Amino acid sequence: MYAFTYHRPATARQAAGLLAKKEDAKLLAGGHTLLPTMKQRLASPTHLVDLSACADLKGIERKGRNVVIGAMATHAEVADSAIVKEAIPALAFLAGHIGDPHVRHRGTIGGSVANNDPAADYPAALLALSAIVTTNKRKLTADEFFTGLYETALEEGEIITKIAFPAASKAGYAKFRNPASRYALVGVFVAKRGSEVRVTVTGAGEGGVFRWPEAEAALSARFAVKSLDGLKHKADGINADMHADAEYRAHLIGVMAKQAVAQATGK
Amino acid sequence: MSATGIGVAVRRKEDHRFITGQGHYTDDINRPGQAHAYFLRSPHAHATITSIDAKDAAGMPGVLGIFTGDDLTADKVGGLICGWMIHSKDGSPMKAGPHPALALGKVRYVGDHVAVIVAETLAQARDAAEAITVDYAVLPAVVDTATAAQAKTQVHAEAPGNTVFNWHLGNKDETEKAFKLAKHVTKLDIVNNRLVPNAMEPRAAVGDYDRGDGVFTLYTTSQNPHVARLVLSAFIGIAPENKLRVIAPDVGGGFGSKIFIYAEETVCVWAAKKVGRPVKWTSDRTEAFLSDAHGRDHVTHAELATDAEGKILALRVKTTANLGAYLSTFSSSVPTYLYAPLLSGQYDIPAIYAEVDAVYTNTAPVDAYRGAGRPEATFVVERLVEVAARELGKDPAKFRMQNYIRKFPHQTPVIMMYDAGNYAASMKKALEIIDYKGIGKRKRDSARNGKLRGIGFSSYIEACGIAPSAAVGSLGAGVGLWESAEVRVNPVGTVEVLTGSHSHGQGHETTFAQLVSDRLGIPIDNVSIIHGDTDKVQMGMGTYGSRSGAVGMSAIFKALDKVIAKGKKVAAHVLEADEADIDFSDGTFKVKGTDRTLDFGSCALQAYVAHKFNGQELEPGLKEGAFYDPTNFTFPAGVHICEVEIDPETGVTRIERWAAVDDFGNVINPMIVEGQVHGGIAQGIGQALLEAARYNADGQLVTASFMDYCMPRADDLPSFQVGMTVTPCPSNPLGIKGCGEAGAIAAPPAVINAITDALGHEDIAMPATPQAVWRAAQKTIGRLAAE
Amino acid sequence: MATVSLTVNGKPVTANVDPRTLLVQLLRENLRLTGTHVGCDTSQCGACVVHIDGLAVKSCTTLALSLEGASVTTIEGLANGTTLHPMQEAFREHHGLQCGYCTPGMIMAAVDIVNRRGYALDEATIREDLDGNICRCTGYHNIVKAVAAGAEAMGGQSMARKEPPRQAAE
Repeated sequence: MYAFTYHRPATARQAAGLLAKKEDAKLLAGGHTLLPTMKQRLASPTHLVDLSACADLKGIERKGRNVVIGAMATHAEVADSAIVKEAIPALAFLAGHIGDPHVRHRGTIGGSVANNDPAADYPAALLALSAIVTTNKRKLTADEFFTGLYETALEEGEIITKIAFPAASKAGYAKFRNPASRYALVGVFVAKRGSEVRVTVTGAGEGGVFRWPEAEAALSARFAVKSLDGLKHKADGINADMHADAEYRAHLIGVMAKQAVAQATGK
Repeated sequence: MSATGIGVAVRRKEDHRFITGQGHYTDDINRPGQAHAYFLRSPHAHATITSIDAKDAAGMPGVLGIFTGDDLTADKVGGLICGWMIHSKDGSPMKAGPHPALALGKVRYVGDHVAVIVAETLAQARDAAEAITVDYAVLPAVVDTATAAQAKTQVHAEAPGNTVFNWHLGNKDETEKAFKLAKHVTKLDIVNNRLVPNAMEPRAAVGDYDRGDGVFTLYTTSQNPHVARLVLSAFIGIAPENKLRVIAPDVGGGFGSKIFIYAEETVCVWAAKKVGRPVKWTSDRTEAFLSDAHGRDHVTHAELATDAEGKILALRVKTTANLGAYLSTFSSSVPTYLYAPLLSGQYDIPAIYAEVDAVYTNTAPVDAYRGAGRPEATFVVERLVEVAARELGKDPAKFRMQNYIRKFPHQTPVIMMYDAGNYAASMKKALEIIDYKGIGKRKRDSARNGKLRGIGFSSYIEACGIAPSAAVGSLGAGVGLWESAEVRVNPVGTVEVLTGSHSHGQGHETTFAQLVSDRLGIPIDNVSIIHGDTDKVQMGMGTYGSRSGAVGMSAIFKALDKVIAKGKKVAAHVLEADEADIDFSDGTFKVKGTDRTLDFGSCALQAYVAHKFNGQELEPGLKEGAFYDPTNFTFPAGVHICEVEIDPETGVTRIERWAAVDDFGNVINPMIVEGQVHGGIAQGIGQALLEAARYNADGQLVTASFMDYCMPRADDLPSFQVGMTVTPCPSNPLGIKGCGEAGAIAAPPAVINAITDALGHEDIAMPATPQAVWRAAQKTIGRLAAE
Repeated sequence: MATVSLTVNGKPVTANVDPRTLLVQLLRENLRLTGTHVGCDTSQCGACVVHIDGLAVKSCTTLALSLEGASVTTIEGLANGTTLHPMQEAFREHHGLQCGYCTPGMIMAAVDIVNRRGYALDEATIREDLDGNICRCTGYHNIVKAVAAGAEAMGGQSMARKEPPRQAAE
């Protein structure tokens, strides 16, 4: 690591102040992407603003039809939350399958979402569930939030404070893990709310998380595994690497979509 | 049998320190005033260094010294060596280029050592490294094993066509004749994938220099500290052996990769004198991927000839072996004498001919990794045999049994004289464990669930011990491969055993103590095993090639014979009897036919107080040493059967059952032996399903972390059913054959044979990743639909 | 340099460290608790696993300064004086270790599994929850057995003391 100055504010407001004042400052949430990157000297912030003491960024609560999760809620907290399990079990399932148990004890939803790793799990859930990302400055829909590979609509000095997930009537998530890194090689989240069905795909897109309109249409007609029979995602625009080429990944999108629907429908 | 004797699953004596965090690994060692080394490594696979400018870096905070290859040359520090001479078919010696510890004008792989920076802290050393400007003239990289010999670029001027040697073994004419007479020939093209050993403890070294005495001490992660001292002294020229102490404390796994003498420890111990401070280096995982010796990396065409009845007539093999950019310590022996002599497998094959071309490439050096040559040989033989059985319409188990060697000793056409074995017994037992009779039903059950099930066999044999010295010497080894032991009995009857073997997970502190406890009839807690320090143990050859039991313990056995013989003399004096009348059993010396006895502890005390004997007749003390050199290699063998279920939708292969039946001869501690089998199988499954070291065309290692190099995890593996058969080894006093490598040798073909059985076609490359299996399964499903 | 105060294995510790200092460095270099190991640099191998406030974490991916006021338990703090923790005992009894390098992290992870999942653990659960710990020696076979046995023993001990799982662990 290169040297940096460490800050540990007690509130999101203080954190935002530091972020605004200090040149080349970076936020540290769970640290499970940033710290390994810094250890390899691939990131070199001058100031590191650790959010772990910001009590106002923690907590999970039910607000009306929304589950509201503080940005610093860990994956384990989301996975184990009775509120999440009751309202959106697929979200708890997703959180419970990120990384490994130790990672889930430190990694946070805010950190994951802000990083927008193309192989991360959470972006698929946010996009499928039409989540609302609240920052210290504004509210953004998931559709607005994710803008590309490792890119989001977050501006300089902007901090995610919480994420609201409107409960879905049915939701499911299935992931095919990269055998080495255990990130999503392909992850598919399906959600049905009223007549709207969303099918989102992570791990596979050249531009990060994306929706699969054909599957959404098929499932809107009838929300059942069978509706996806014969439906194949095209390989154009799909990632290729040494673990999986575009054709195989595209194929897995179909397989994972079916598994996600099966989970959502309890079949 | 005592509760701690031979054959008992004694719980390990060494475990207490490991489970309480009190292990003592190299990186745990900190010397007063210690500085830290960071190696500036080549980012290019192949380049000429036109200049190195370290002026700015030298003045940076904390920097104590920056050194390059020229500094080593100026101090007459020689290059790293390869200790095994191979001659080509035409009799010419192998063509080895120089292997400087720090580059001299050229770098030959990504991770090659350009300079070392020694500083107060590691961060300062890294900061300084970034301030060094190196100008490279980048050259084209030679990466591909199969085509390296045809490449226009030459890795070493000494090796035209990038060819280190063209070697062969066996009888060419007889083999050709047999192929002409054959009714059936099975042909396979095989790639044995390149692997990274990845012991969990990364390599590390702490060099120290005592200016008062002029003595160097090197703490290092070594499987064979005495060999390290020998090489560092006699060949590299760090210091004479009496001025160089090498200590290998607790070592966190080796699997071969810690046999070799590397640049980093060489430089650390040399630099300690240069900067006048102890110098520490600990590899991070990325460095380990780049610079630990890799394993395997063969490209092979193989053919098996059979007659009308399915009797194997002959085998011919043409292999290209990638040795990387430099010849590592034992690299040349791996694709030659550790490979081709095993090509007879467990089978009576009258004619075998193997040709091996070894090539240089711009990749990390390749050397021994668990099994070393024998997994490659076994993969060739067991894939060929399996495919031949299927082509001939024969049951693969029966086809194997039909061709098993049944009379011993058996001379193969490729050097080895198999001394004992009962291969059919292992096969029968393995068939029972796996429930071979029920496989048809299990396949149908899987098919009903849309899955593909398959079963695969592996009848492996290995040559272990890597001895006798005369044999390995005649084959080109630069050292003898005996082992030493010293048994020191203390005056109260406790015992220290000094061994040249080195334990880095194998549990020697327990098994060796079991032998002593058993033979001397003393409590196991009274026995301590000392290893890994050249100041304590005079000389030894270390641990690799599954040799510590067969060779290392046999040396202890021999030394114990001498201790007992001396004890009898002492007892004869004390008991005033004739030496010939003294018996020793269960820890007691006894005068035959009387009730006069002397227990072992009392005997030891008498040996040291020496009041009762006259110094002219009998020396005081009870301490004996032995060097043991066996009369033959040992030949562990067995049968592993793997059963897989494939999900054709995703290509995921799950191992549903694993039966391993091994014949390791006599077993000292079955718990530890089974543990060795489990670990070996896991590495073999890793090779078959998950692991591959991949370089791109530019020679960049694209699998340089656990993010991309897939290590087997708990949920990738099943539990294993392990059985044993026993035919004692006739060539050592304990009847031990060795067990450390068996699983890694046996497993890969068992897995691939099972997958190809499930898929109904004959080939899939390792690692059989989900993508590869999915693609192959699509063909299977298409075919099944057509049927 | 900055100061951090925390509890390590029940003892208060105050250290003045470079902000870059990772928890594993604080443990190994400042406190000389060398039982916690480093086996990779991508937060995957789990050789460095310790407990922070009762939860298993990778100490190679945690800044020391972020642990103000936290309670850290390492392998050195698991035994109760000279009495081994049941999970330590189980690893020895079932030969769940060979070279010993991954073992401290493995044992800390195992105790955490029991904390989260209870005393009756099936093989599939154990294997899945060992996802963050890599062993190169054992093939996991005996580790899985050890974790199951250790969990059961922790259950027995907890029954005797009438403690909920988490207290029994720490």
